[in-house]
Amino acid sequence: MTKDDCKKLVIDIISDIAPDEDLSAIKPEIRLRDQLQLDSMDFLDIVMELRKRHGIEVPEADYAHLASLESCAEYLTPKFATKA
Amino acid sequence: MKDSHYDVAIIGAGMSGLAAGIRLAHFGRKVCIFERHNAPGGLNSFYSLEGRKYDVGLHAMTNYVAPGVKGTPLGKLLRQLRIEREEFALCPQKQSKISFGPRGESVLKFTNDFAVLDAEVAAKFPAQADGWRKLVGLVKTYDDVSLDAKPLSAREVVGRHISDPLLTDMIFCPVMYYGSAQERDMEFGQFVIMFKALFLEGFARPLDGVRVIIRVLLDKFRAAGGERRMKCGVKQIIEEQGRAARLVLDDGTEVTAGHVISSIGFPETMKLCGPAHTAEADANTGALSFIETISVFNRQPAEWGWGEDTIIFFNDSARFEYAQAKEQVDIRSGVICLPNNFDFGAGRLPEGIFRVTCLANYDRWAHLPEEQYQADKKRWFEAAVRSARRFLPAVDDAVLAKAQLTTDMFTPRTIKKFTGHLNGAIYGAPQKVRNGRTHLQNLYLCGTDQGFLGIVGAMLSGISMANYHVLQGPARG
Repeated sequence: MTKDDCKKLVIDIISDIAPDEDLSAIKPEIRLRDQLQLDSMDFLDIVMELRKRHGIEVPEADYAHLASLESCAEYLTPKFATKA
Repeated sequence: MKDSHYDVAIIGAGMSGLAAGIRLAHFGRKVCIFERHNAPGGLNSFYSLEGRKYDVGLHAMTNYVAPGVKGTPLGKLLRQLRIEREEFALCPQKQSKISFGPRGESVLKFTNDFAVLDAEVAAKFPAQADGWRKLVGLVKTYDDVSLDAKPLSAREVVGRHISDPLLTDMIFCPVMYYGSAQERDMEFGQFVIMFKALFLEGFARPLDGVRVIIRVLLDKFRAAGGERRMKCGVKQIIEEQGRAARLVLDDGTEVTAGHVISSIGFPETMKLCGPAHTAEADANTGALSFIETISVFNRQPAEWGWGEDTIIFFNDSARFEYAQAKEQVDIRSGVICLPNNFDFGAGRLPEGIFRVTCLANYDRWAHLPEEQYQADKKRWFEAAVRSARRFLPAVDDAVLAKAQLTTDMFTPRTIKKFTGHLNGAIYGAPQKVRNGRTHLQNLYLCGTDQGFLGIVGAMLSGISMANYHVLQGPARG
């Protein structure tokens, strides 16, 4: 899995959680919270969907790694790799 | 032993129980909702009588915001339950009003646009305008969903900003009627929830009523793999070593569950525990019950000049008193709902509907012999309707009588029978349990007695409790 694949999976999740957000122009380096209206309930859902769909655990101490699309890819891609 | 153990058992298939169930089933928990009645919806349900469909409970869904408005309870709920906004098919109200005085002399009009109420207050209570603005500012910034907030008296907080008793009463009347379980005062956090839900957000409903919302929830729950057992109440929660160890069902069979979420109310849940916690239950049982009349007409209300207001909160007395009725019904104040006056676009309700809700006294209804009960129902129906009509343009009795197709009415006794709420207390216990915790480590409350009010609040309550106590727990839940 490449980082771009990983970003796509995260976007898939966000589009299901927040279908009312426009995800077509997300900038990967900018915090998701600063571009989209996502609250703590939504971030928790991203974590839970990662577990449900991909079997990936994100411990609470690591939530900060989910701040932007880029940091998500950085953090999650190795996790997908070890799983595969 | 088939299906006798669940990750989570939910007691009650009302809005909160269904919402909790959807969250849990979506994230792979084996969950079952146990409901004593054959119809889902709990306090907000529907029924058919002589081929006609009725809503009960819900006048209007509060917390309505227009599409695109984010960060409010409605948006959170839709996201959390993966519901598309269109599925609820919400139609906004036209306008509503608060009408006080023996002939409704003092009026505050409000709509789903807060600026309307804001301007009304400024125009009619100019001396209070500054205080009003400060109060609104405080409401907007107050953390009303905190699960550990210290209780504050709303009377006291509002009193710091508003000194005119008439304005105070006019603000409290709708807020209390649509959700307060406490007499005369309410907890400020609860006040904030309702103030936002009614005034800063607004009213809407689907053309076909509350059944549309319940149907969406049932479909989501089923699609997520949730199980639902109807006509199958929980008779007892057996305690062992500080846990809800087993549930005894109405048919005598037993099930076990890792977590139990009860939506049936605090005192009702305490009384279900074995051994029963009667003292705790009795110390926190609600006293506020209601009657509601429904009149169905073969005319649209607009033909009588009743076509503008969706909801009218009325009071005829010098002060508004939100307390248990001393007589069977207290007709001094109440709420009128004209469901025809939502903006249904091209659609419309085929018949005219006129509903009136007033405070009532459970004890004075509970033990009447059937004949007396029916006679009293008839008498109070007339009284409540007559009282409410003072706040609408006058129409001849004969004209209304000729157009009337049928009527129905619920009393505190009806509420007790169909919801199990002690004292027919629709809004449950006066002291809410915000974090949902009980004396048992795996038993939690959601719904009315957790304290997020209104139907959107009820659903958010189920969602929050499922998240907080089950899904955010240790990874395996």
